[in-house]
Amino acid sequence: MPGYEPTFVSEYLLPGGWILLQCLLLTGAILISLAFLLYMDRKVWAAVQLRRGPNVVGPWGLLQSFADFLKFVLKEIVIPDGADKAVFLLAPMIAFVLAVIAWAVIPVADGWVIADLNVGILYLFAISSLGVYGVIMGGWASNSKYPFLGGLRSAAQMVSYEVSIGFILVAVLLTVGSLNMSDIVRAQDSDWGLLGWYWLPHLPMLVLFFVSALAETNRPPFDLPEAESELVAGYQVEYSSTPYLLFMIGEYMNIVLMCAMTTILFFGGWLSPIPGLPDGVLWIVIKIVVMFFLFAMVKAIVPRYRYDQLMRLGWKVFLPFSLFWVVLTATVMRAFDIAPWASTAAAQALQ
Amino acid sequence: MDELLREYLPILIFLGLAIGLGLVFLIAAAVLAVSRPDPEKNSAYECGFNAFDDARMKFDVRFYLVSILFIIFDLEVAFLFPWAVSFAEIGDFGYWSMMVFLGVLTIGFIYEWRKGALEWE
Repeated sequence: MPGYEPTFVSEYLLPGGWILLQCLLLTGAILISLAFLLYMDRKVWAAVQLRRGPNVVGPWGLLQSFADFLKFVLKEIVIPDGADKAVFLLAPMIAFVLAVIAWAVIPVADGWVIADLNVGILYLFAISSLGVYGVIMGGWASNSKYPFLGGLRSAAQMVSYEVSIGFILVAVLLTVGSLNMSDIVRAQDSDWGLLGWYWLPHLPMLVLFFVSALAETNRPPFDLPEAESELVAGYQVEYSSTPYLLFMIGEYMNIVLMCAMTTILFFGGWLSPIPGLPDGVLWIVIKIVVMFFLFAMVKAIVPRYRYDQLMRLGWKVFLPFSLFWVVLTATVMRAFDIAPWASTAAAQALQ
Repeated sequence: MDELLREYLPILIFLGLAIGLGLVFLIAAAVLAVSRPDPEKNSAYECGFNAFDDARMKFDVRFYLVSILFIIFDLEVAFLFPWAVSFAEIGDFGYWSMMVFLGVLTIGFIYEWRKGALEWE
């Protein structure tokens, strides 16, 4: 542009406003879909147990989550006398904020991402590692026995499965050759549609990732931190009203994030499964919903694990196997001279 | 805007938005809800008992052990990330260096296993 002088407004305010708008749009979209995913979770669970589930608020109970939200906001915040007040309120904030900002690097379509970091997956890995803090601070600050035990268990469980998730990510990264989330999806773009996605070459890792995701998000059958029959509700026992709501939204956002991660790593993100059909945001939404349905079904049909079994599975099965898979992937690529996607001609053309 | 700012500013803005949203939730309940505390309501939950002892008690050393093991393996993963990304360029030397490194760690892992650090009963 001739005579163009970068001013504060054009240089920072306008792009900043545009980014804020994108953030608002994404957060709004996630929160609203979360309301319906929660409803779906309860409906699926009810259907498996031959119940009807929520069916009073709105048509077919569709507005149940919004009614719940209102109820949470109108409830009293109870802070136990012995609790450390600042940490007690900080813990749900941390859980919620981390769950939200992890979404910044998730690409929902080609180029539709808030922050297209070249270290996207490292960022996600870091944020999900920090997630433990919300849980352990909540458990400790409550100064009550059940939350304390729940917090400890939860922290040990989350860190155990974090390790295998790390190795699984590395195995996929070896074939991609880039840490960028969009590149991971682009690497799965081929003429064969869904046969070109990574679920096929990395099939065992898909299974491991799915189970680890369940454990990482404290979902049944690994919901030991909040095992109702022994720990009442784990680290959330003393929480009420919106602090509890923040924990719950954070938890569900993490679950949907894990569904999105599975989709991006193994099911080609926004790519269309059938060659010829247009790619786009619709595909990733469908895939996430299907993954979430699987999460809901697992919750409904699998009995809860025992804690020692859980730790054994994490450390003695998942960890060695995912480590082995990293070595295997690297060896196969080196032996057969398979180049990572990022150094192929197709990727160079995109740069 | 320079490159670094363009990449990370969205995250900063997103962080601000998330904190704002969380605070709105917390403040909304604090303002809207009726607050009527009493000693019973504010005591720690203990299945109908009066709470005895401090809740911040000694706990099993295995939780500590697990977190130490986690640090070792998480660091290992952190080393693997740059290696995986530059896998095409570093050639045979890079491949074998990492295999030796993983081999050493595997020996450590086997030792832990045999010592019973992973047992949990």
